[in-house]
Amino acid sequence: MQFKMFCAILTITSTYRLLGFYTLKNMDGRRILLEFVLLIFLPFVFAILVPFAYKYIKGIHTGWFVLLVPLVLFGYYLSFIPLTMDGGHAISEIKWIPTLGIAFTSYIDGLSLLFTLLITGIGSLVVLYSIFYMDKKKENLGSFYVYLLLFMTAMLGVVQSDNTMTLYLFWELTSISSFLLIGYWYTRDKSRFGALKSMMITVFGGLMMLGGFILLSIMGDTFSIRELIAQAPELVNHPYFTLALILILLGAFTKSAQFPFYIWLPDAMEAPTPVSAYLHSATMVKAGIYLVARFTPIFGTSSTWIWLVTGIGLLTLFWGSFFAVKQTDLKAILAFSTVSQLGLIMSLLGAGAISYHTTEAMFAFATYAAIFHLINHATFKGGLFMIAGIIDHETGTRDIRKLGGLMSIMPLSFTVALIGSLSMAGLPPFNGFLSKEMFLESMVALQHFELFQFDTWGILFPIVAWVASVFTFTYSLYFVLKTFLGQGKVDQLPKRPHEAPIGMLVAPVILASLVIIIFFIPNVLGKWVIKPAVMAVQPTLYGSPADINIHVSAWHGFDSVGLWLTVAIVIIGSLLYLTIPKWQPLYKIQPAKLSLNEGYDALMRGSEKGMNRLSRAFMTGLIRTYLLYMFAFLSVTVIAVLFIKDAFVVDMNSFAAITLYGALNAVILLLSIGFVVFAKSRLAAIIALGGVGYSVALFFVIFKAPDLALTQLVIETVSVALFLLAFKHLPALNEHGETKKNKVVNLIISLSVGVMVTLVALSSHSQKLIPSISQYYKDTVATEAGGGNIVNVILVDYRGFDTLFEIAVLAIAGIAVLGMIRLRVSRKETTDENK
Amino acid sequence: MIIFYTVCLVLVILSMVGLLYRVWRGPSVPDRLIALDAIGVMLISSIALLSILFDTPFFIDVILLIAIMSFIGTVSFSKFIERGEIIERGSDS
Repeated sequence: MQFKMFCAILTITSTYRLLGFYTLKNMDGRRILLEFVLLIFLPFVFAILVPFAYKYIKGIHTGWFVLLVPLVLFGYYLSFIPLTMDGGHAISEIKWIPTLGIAFTSYIDGLSLLFTLLITGIGSLVVLYSIFYMDKKKENLGSFYVYLLLFMTAMLGVVQSDNTMTLYLFWELTSISSFLLIGYWYTRDKSRFGALKSMMITVFGGLMMLGGFILLSIMGDTFSIRELIAQAPELVNHPYFTLALILILLGAFTKSAQFPFYIWLPDAMEAPTPVSAYLHSATMVKAGIYLVARFTPIFGTSSTWIWLVTGIGLLTLFWGSFFAVKQTDLKAILAFSTVSQLGLIMSLLGAGAISYHTTEAMFAFATYAAIFHLINHATFKGGLFMIAGIIDHETGTRDIRKLGGLMSIMPLSFTVALIGSLSMAGLPPFNGFLSKEMFLESMVALQHFELFQFDTWGILFPIVAWVASVFTFTYSLYFVLKTFLGQGKVDQLPKRPHEAPIGMLVAPVILASLVIIIFFIPNVLGKWVIKPAVMAVQPTLYGSPADINIHVSAWHGFDSVGLWLTVAIVIIGSLLYLTIPKWQPLYKIQPAKLSLNEGYDALMRGSEKGMNRLSRAFMTGLIRTYLLYMFAFLSVTVIAVLFIKDAFVVDMNSFAAITLYGALNAVILLLSIGFVVFAKSRLAAIIALGGVGYSVALFFVIFKAPDLALTQLVIETVSVALFLLAFKHLPALNEHGETKKNKVVNLIISLSVGVMVTLVALSSHSQKLIPSISQYYKDTVATEAGGGNIVNVILVDYRGFDTLFEIAVLAIAGIAVLGMIRLRVSRKETTDENK
Repeated sequence: MIIFYTVCLVLVILSMVGLLYRVWRGPSVPDRLIALDAIGVMLISSIALLSILFDTPFFIDVILLIAIMSFIGTVSFSKFIERGEIIERGSDS
């Protein structure tokens, strides 16, 4: 009851804040909410309430309640556009661990706002779509929406965090919620495999990124990204700089499915389609893009950064588009296409970083193109995924070989798919055309760049980019035409296909219309959203978003390179599409064993096997072996340290003279030890052990320690008696199957331990750093303690605590012996009863 | 006088070595046992001689203790040889 009250209060307060009761003025004099950082947690709070709604309100699809959250957030965040348009930003902070400088900081500038709007906007559409896609009765909607809202909070946190530590926190939260969503149908093997694989790869990258963040915080002595950016010129010369750069890029590349880490994304297609559309095309996979964009002001000046980001991006672009034509599953085609488009955006971001080194306008253009394409990709890819989901939903299959001829049956879906595909292929009048053309022009410009050996290798960039674009065109046609045109095998489909319900089509239709609208008004979008974002990526280059002198137009005239490249793409791409059956066997050249997925599987299997083998190799279960390790390690390290530190010293002057009795007794001791070691029967060994004990007692006499001698004698007698007590139950002394080799090893180890102890004893005796304290005891034993026996006074007076706990040890040993005997007896009794 | 005691001590210790040879050789367990018992006596005498040499009365209790221990040890060993165990369980169990 209290819990529900708490939830209710949380909701009320957050709405209260949402409505703007707490306001303050930021530096531009605009009213903004005091703690809008709390809004990040709005989906999280809703995630707590969703199970109640799911359980108690049966009549209404839970998605309708959930839909409120992204809609409200989207509307709210839209109000930031006027602020960022002027180059302003808003900050709101809740301190979390102030002593460590860790805080939830919500920092909204152009870049954060762009991503925030994508997350909330596409989030609303995806929730709307999922209401019709996810069945109210068959699916466990409660957990679905909890995971989805959890993801939304995580993603908002990633893009708004100014604190690297909380950024990492939200980053991992996206990995976890993505894991949960991919494994949503957890009874399927493939879902669990895909979830685990994505978890492994993204969490690996996340941990690398954490390492990079920690290095950055050591370098700049702050967790705040803004403060790090302010220090960027000094950070470049820091020795950790390149390492931090590579670690952070690893995080970005794994999350954004870049080569060779893209392999988790196709397997993540086992998730429900709304999840694929939302996480694995529009938002989560762009977290890596966001990271690269966000850290460009810090790392962008380095040539490693430019080469890695551009190179890996282009490689991914080519690889993804080439392999997309191989796929037969609709969602797999889209997954590879996502991989390839993310590579495109990544390579543009890398090229955009060049603008730190040259004033050529083309490279500022690249960043603009990257962000523009990011928006475009989110619109058309989201729509395409939803269409793939509709086809799956209405026909029962996603296999492109079984589909065909759906155009007349599903005209609306076909229209949306066609718009999305042509935009993906880069044709007018769709938004993909604009960004693709800007992309090609930036890549062409790359070869003229003179630093970092771009003039020698630069020519490769436009070529790879162009070839990849040809393949992009081919798979776009492949995706839409193979599904909707051609011979319909409608009768063989698992379900009787028909057009999707109108509710399911709303979201894709909205996205498809955005695709066209953006084509016609690119500059409005540019002014409102893209320019502020470019400004955030390259803050040092511009004073305000208005300074960015870019005007996107669909028509550059006949002398434009992009135009002719696009024409060539269309011609060659169409030829390639028509001849697919002829060249598709090319894919079989690559042996299955050499693919990256096989590599991942082999790595997983291999590390498991290797670890098993390793632990089995040294965990033999024999105490003998473990003792061997311990003694060998001990003697080797101690002897090595003695000699490395040159600590072995023998000072003959400190030795006392050898007495006759001492020598004789030593002979007896050595003889008895010899008996113990070489005895053939156990009884003889026990007797010889008694001999050892008694001669030790005799040593105590010789060295004038009567109390020790007394105790030693009694204890020796008792322990020999105990040996004899146990004797009856012991097996005959055997060799434990020891081989000669074992014996030699044992001999070496025991000799080295003996040598080690002797060396330590000799050198510690020879080097006394401080005088003994015993003179104090001698002086005060009678006056302070009132005793005559110095040993006993030390035991019970000066250092009585030791005695207390040795008494405790004896008591515990006694109780333990009793316990062991009793336990054994009672167990025997119970087994007897069982019989 | 000191030389006399020293010679005695050496003799005692030598006889102890001789007894140890018996402990080692055996051939039967009772042989070893008797040898051990005798070693106990030798220990008593050597400690007595040592306390004379060190001129101290503090080892007298050690002598008494060895006498008791040696007796207990020999008896328990004998019982072990005879019965196979030292402490027998009560007849009712």
